[in-house]
Amino acid sequence: MPDMADLRRQIEELALQLVMAEPDKIPAGAAAPWAPALERLRETAERERAGQVAEAAVALMEAARTPEGAARIQEGMTRLQEAVDAEERRPAAAGAPLGQDPELLWDFVLESREHLANIETQVLTLERDPHGAEALNAVFRGFHTIKGLAGFLELWEIQKVAHEVETILDRARNAQLTVTAGTIDVILESADDLRRRMAQVESALRSEPSEPPARNEALLGRIRALYSEPAEIPPPAADLGRMAAAVDAGKTEEAAPAAPAAADSDNRRGETMAVKVDTAKLDFLVDMAGEMVIAQSLVRHDPDLAALKNPRLHRNLAQLTRIAAELQKNAMSMRLVPIGPLFKRMARMVRDLSRQFGKPVEMETQGDEIELDRNIVQELTDPLMHMVRNSLDHGIESPQERERSGKNPVATLLLKGRHQAGQVVIEIADDGRGLDRKQIVEKAIEKGLIATGEGLSDNEAFNLIFQPGFTTAAQVTSVSGRGVGMDVVRRHIEKLRGRVEIRSVAGRGATFALKLPLTLAIIDGLVVGVGRERYIAPLFAVREVLRPSPEVLWTVQGRAEMALIRGELLSVTRLYRKFHVTPRSEDPLESVLLVAEVEGRRVCLLVDELIGKQEVVIKALGETFKGATGIAGGAILGDGRVGLILDLDRLFKEGADGAG
Amino acid sequence: MSAMLATNDANSAALADARAGKYLTFQLAQEEFGIRVLKVREIMGLQEITAVPQIPAHIKGVINLRGKVVPVIDLRLKFGMPAAEYTQRTCIIVTQVRGEAGAVFMGIVVDGVSEVLNLTGQEIEDTPDFGQDAAGQYLLGMAKVKGKVKILLDIDKVLSAQDLRNLNSILAK
Repeated sequence: MPDMADLRRQIEELALQLVMAEPDKIPAGAAAPWAPALERLRETAERERAGQVAEAAVALMEAARTPEGAARIQEGMTRLQEAVDAEERRPAAAGAPLGQDPELLWDFVLESREHLANIETQVLTLERDPHGAEALNAVFRGFHTIKGLAGFLELWEIQKVAHEVETILDRARNAQLTVTAGTIDVILESADDLRRRMAQVESALRSEPSEPPARNEALLGRIRALYSEPAEIPPPAADLGRMAAAVDAGKTEEAAPAAPAAADSDNRRGETMAVKVDTAKLDFLVDMAGEMVIAQSLVRHDPDLAALKNPRLHRNLAQLTRIAAELQKNAMSMRLVPIGPLFKRMARMVRDLSRQFGKPVEMETQGDEIELDRNIVQELTDPLMHMVRNSLDHGIESPQERERSGKNPVATLLLKGRHQAGQVVIEIADDGRGLDRKQIVEKAIEKGLIATGEGLSDNEAFNLIFQPGFTTAAQVTSVSGRGVGMDVVRRHIEKLRGRVEIRSVAGRGATFALKLPLTLAIIDGLVVGVGRERYIAPLFAVREVLRPSPEVLWTVQGRAEMALIRGELLSVTRLYRKFHVTPRSEDPLESVLLVAEVEGRRVCLLVDELIGKQEVVIKALGETFKGATGIAGGAILGDGRVGLILDLDRLFKEGADGAG
Repeated sequence: MSAMLATNDANSAALADARAGKYLTFQLAQEEFGIRVLKVREIMGLQEITAVPQIPAHIKGVINLRGKVVPVIDLRLKFGMPAAEYTQRTCIIVTQVRGEAGAVFMGIVVDGVSEVLNLTGQEIEDTPDFGQDAAGQYLLGMAKVKGKVKILLDIDKVLSAQDLRNLNSILAK
């Protein structure tokens, strides 16, 4: 298959040259200035074995030499284009696009997606600083790579779009074209188009039915329109930075020359240092590291060994312990990825929404390097998008309103990641109008969610917005305010074993803090004992642990047990009854009460004893135990035995009376 | 006519050949069973099994096999045989079987492991027709070695089956 893109580009350049040169003003018979270009075109066509195109090129060269050249040149150009189209249709008619090696195609889809993500980020940088050579080069490289790969895999539609965009970018790099807001739009639109096409390739690979996206002539037209514009248009930089912060053009120009080289070498280094590893291998490594920690702990605490009074041995054992722990920590960290790319996806959405709402917003990110489990980052996309949308829709005021209240008309949205007490906190902070406590409480009463707002703390009042069906938006917009939303956000976050907290000052803004575990593979657990069995209660759900006194315990109608904890009557579930095991004692006064929070309500769990706190690696129990409700998985305890992790949500779902 | 018979013979010979190979034999109650060595990953002495609540009684619970949590099934209970005290001879045979989502490890508790037999196609016989009982489908066949009968189990099918109680009726015959 000939490289049509190259031919097409040459033809387009030729056409442009013809238009610019106004052929009818050139004296007939004079050596046309575009003859060398035509010659090159013919050569390319022959090399690429595009016979029809080569013929058309020769015909055009001859036409140019005749007296009535001008008229015939137009004709020749049309034929040339048709020839290219015909050549391009040839393989397409054979239906070959996915006749490629599926593995190569998968790699292509994955790699291209990475490129597209990077392109998006860089384009947004470019939007703030249209002269940024570094960003421009990065975007160019991305499209260039996609084009090359797509060509290799004969994905012509993808190659075509990528090629056209590359042409614009090349011109921008050569200062023949100025990057305007329009250019940015077209580039982003092209990236979206490519992404859709990738999705189509992917579903074809999965043999799912999917309609190939129609050839986007409108988009191609817009792209071409950009580079057919004469380059002399004065650079309208003014409207560009409108959405973003004002850019000190002078400073960036100064900084520009040195930057690209540095970025280049950075990227290369990143590429060579990364290795793709099968997750199954990683899991195995994690398993083995965990076993090593247990094995060394068994050796270290072996009574025979402990009896030996050999300082060297004990020093070496201590060293082994440190190494084993370090190895385990490192193995676990390999599953983590930085949060930055997720933030960058939000940047794109903020840009689009800020235009749609006419609310200029400057988005800032902090802590992009904070790492989280891959799965968490993936699962976090939807809730984060939802919250950012909400913030732009409800939180941030119109620029007029902002000015009236003496604020900067350009709003600020901050996405921030940070570590806190072994957890990762992700904050979405805006400087908008904040949450209106009064309005929320009124709405909640109206919806019958609460009887009165009295006695509610701010946090409790704000948390009402997470109730299903709650929305304060006066009108339903296409973006948010359909009454599904924040409850979905909370459910998502809870599924990730996280929590949402809200801080807000009326008129000054709101901050939503998502507190998440570093990984889904490890859980901080309280090890509790019931009879001979040991169970692990996820620490994130446990609010307090206490030994009940007689005045705490109540029995309702001689059956349902309740406990009075901090003025609230909570239902008590005896774990041994639920799981049909023999407890050490059936007397609750000799047992321990675990107060846990499950889906927003507090419940009590009665166990024999509290053994300790331990960080454990969660292991799925597999299909054999599908019927075991109330168990979330297994974990290897310090002595090498398996402990069962309690699934508190499911445990308390079916009747809270503990009779289970 | 004789040609037809020949074909039949060839068919059963091919079937028998597919079943030929090494088998690990073990005892369960008074019977000797065999499973393909290819399916066996490990033989371990009895160790502490963590019980999992709310599951059928034949699933004893889970053990830690080098960092993996592996379910353990008491084959006596699975087959509807009377439960027995675990003794010094009691073993867990860790097998690798087909699960819904690929290969999984599963341990089976047996009374004791006997030996590894190399069985030829000739030594393996089809299971007798047990009439109404569908239990025959869990068996690969029977082998007679030194006058003793070994029941060859299709362990993939045995472990994925929900209810195997009627297998006991085969054994009762």
